[in-house]
Amino acid sequence: MLSQIEGSKAVADAIALCRPEVICAYPISPQTHIVEGLSALVKSGKLAGCEYVNVESEFAAMSVAIGASAAGARAYTATASQGLLYMVEAVYNASGLGLPIVMTVANRAIGSPINIWNDHTDTMSQRDCGWIQLYAETNQEAADLHIQAFKLAEELSLPVMVCMDGFILTHAYERVDMPNQEQVDAYLPAFEPRQVLDPAAPISIGAMVGPEAFTEVRFLAHHKQMQALDLIPEIATEFQEIFGRDSGGLVRPYRTEDAETVIVALGSVLGTIKDVVDERREAGEKIGVLGITSFRPFPMLAIRGVLRHAQRVIILEKALAIGLGGIVSDNVRNALSGITLKGNTVIAGLGGRAITKVSLHKLFDEARADRLERLVFLDMDYDLVQREIERTKQQRRSGSAAENILRDVGVVAARPA
Amino acid sequence: MPYQPIKFYQTGSFVVGNRLLDQNERSVQSDTERLNSLTSGHRACQGCGEALGARYALDAVAKATGGRMIAANATGCLEVFSTPFPETSWRIPWIHSLFGNAPAVATGIAAAMHAKGRDDIRVVGQGGDGGTIDIGFGCLSGMFERNDDVLYICYDNEAYMNTGVQRSGATPPAARTATTQAVGPNPGNVFGQGKDMPRIAMAHEIPYVATATVAELRDLEAKVERAMSFRGARYIHVFVPCPLGWGSSSNDTIKLARLVKETGLFPVFEAEHGEVTAVSKIRRRIPVEEYLRPQRRYAHLFGEHGHPETIERIQALADRNIARYALLDDLPDSLKPPGSAVGRQVRWQSEDLSEQTSAMAILTETTGAH
Repeated sequence: MLSQIEGSKAVADAIALCRPEVICAYPISPQTHIVEGLSALVKSGKLAGCEYVNVESEFAAMSVAIGASAAGARAYTATASQGLLYMVEAVYNASGLGLPIVMTVANRAIGSPINIWNDHTDTMSQRDCGWIQLYAETNQEAADLHIQAFKLAEELSLPVMVCMDGFILTHAYERVDMPNQEQVDAYLPAFEPRQVLDPAAPISIGAMVGPEAFTEVRFLAHHKQMQALDLIPEIATEFQEIFGRDSGGLVRPYRTEDAETVIVALGSVLGTIKDVVDERREAGEKIGVLGITSFRPFPMLAIRGVLRHAQRVIILEKALAIGLGGIVSDNVRNALSGITLKGNTVIAGLGGRAITKVSLHKLFDEARADRLERLVFLDMDYDLVQREIERTKQQRRSGSAAENILRDVGVVAARPA
Repeated sequence: MPYQPIKFYQTGSFVVGNRLLDQNERSVQSDTERLNSLTSGHRACQGCGEALGARYALDAVAKATGGRMIAANATGCLEVFSTPFPETSWRIPWIHSLFGNAPAVATGIAAAMHAKGRDDIRVVGQGGDGGTIDIGFGCLSGMFERNDDVLYICYDNEAYMNTGVQRSGATPPAARTATTQAVGPNPGNVFGQGKDMPRIAMAHEIPYVATATVAELRDLEAKVERAMSFRGARYIHVFVPCPLGWGSSSNDTIKLARLVKETGLFPVFEAEHGEVTAVSKIRRRIPVEEYLRPQRRYAHLFGEHGHPETIERIQALADRNIARYALLDDLPDSLKPPGSAVGRQVRWQSEDLSEQTSAMAILTETTGAH
């Protein structure tokens, strides 16, 4: 059914259709609306047979989900930013234990300085934690990916993180075609755990393993996640059969067939990039976009297949690997081993900075003129940064960089009296 | 204790015996049909108080639930010595997740059972003092505050033993650990620090809080049984000597657990909904030296270069507990039983039957001891 609803509400409703048995919630922006929506559904009785636990931290949220999942319940939680980092120890534990927990991450920057707005620093920090990571482009896809996530998680006995851009998606009202219960029931069978805490057949879960087996155990975790490279497209196909919608999959190429330049990105920014690409296509430029939906497992072959005939790849990413540059870029370059093409890493949208069509056009013009450096920060004021670097050279106690920059820019509230 | 009015003690040792009791009143461990939830073959040290406490406590849970139980374990000695894959000593469904999250994992299991309509399956969380009152404190407090249907048992050996005897928030003052060395003008752990977890648990007003020691195992069993009669969050804090960490003889584990109670340093009591409902009285009061001296972690307090003033400060802590929990027999002289140091004549003056009954229960305990 078509609805004009908030992204968070669409996700909450989609989760409810998956009949979760335990939901644990701890508030952190911009994820809060999702768990608020689910709380209302449980409290009103619309979502029956589900325990809603208001926990005291994200660490507890993931831990409650671990206990619930190990006891055979379909478990869900949501978080963002600092919250994801606060639960990291349990995040690794959940994947190590092979528990099919589904978690939404409403992508948000990581402090300090504290910043509540969108970028991908939070989930990128967890790219190697053993969870599958799916990135949604739209609210429709966010809703659909959650339904697919439970199926994927339970099939493989692995946790799945569905990443959606904070505020840009979570708080945006868009048209979403909401599935109905019959469809979801037909698609998602009841949870049959691979191992379960059961007094009728007692087992010990989570015991210690030494060097004699640890490498093999880790390899098998990798092997298991790599199976998702086959499973994710199958699950998307099956989804299309039931819901009549093309959603999910490993990657989403757009106008890449004859593209000389391909832009690679994840998440909601893909929409803006596609608009820009359409405009440039009209002007005759052979340019396309490759959206990565599954960042973990990383679809090396699929990406290689799309990019191998391009002459330039521009990887636009909303996270910065401090001391290196781009995280997605590093992964994409890995996929392009042996292929020679020009590549640029563009760090964009950090801490919620808008990525506009104007800026993208300017960026792609520079690229076309071959003037783009290997590592670029979109819309960054280089002069501003240079002045702050000078200040730190002149004075040891030069103060907070954030504060100095805001004063320099002339934000009224930050001006000295 | 209201649920077990009569206790028989073996002469001289104060150890609770079974032989004089009816079959149905005997300890869980005396039952040949007991579950052995933590079965033999594990790798705990000789004289490990935690292994002993865990076996008694969990078997008592198993008996109370007919074996319908699941345990969540914090990282620590108990986890490490019981489960080096591919071996396990647990005959119950058991999960270890992390050091600081056992109470939350237990909550998750309880939530799952409730969602599945299996409220007959009960959940136990457990860990050492570090996993419980330090790193697991947030999760524990959250579990208490929500009144989740979990029995959490802390086996307190007063330091991080698994990592090599470092100080925890349960390490007592003056005790030597690997991070509070017996050096300097004030050797060992400092005074004025540490958490009183049972009282913090009580402050959450959860249905049931109790303390116990591995010297009185029938008492521990009875408290577990009592705990299982409640729904909601319950907390049992068990004092478990650690020969390795304390520098005590492995054959002194029970003795030290008994002495700590007899000094008043570890008050043994029960509380319901935030109020103390019963205390185990000190049977024969002893000075703290008697408890401290057999432990090498306190060796710096004794001898030529000892610290008698520190011992006095520890004695003051014991005295404070005795006053706070009324740990000494407060019967008027007229009601003191024969053989007691104070009065040798029994004269029943009260006509109140219930008062007589309670006096008689204490009489039984005390006379049994002499």
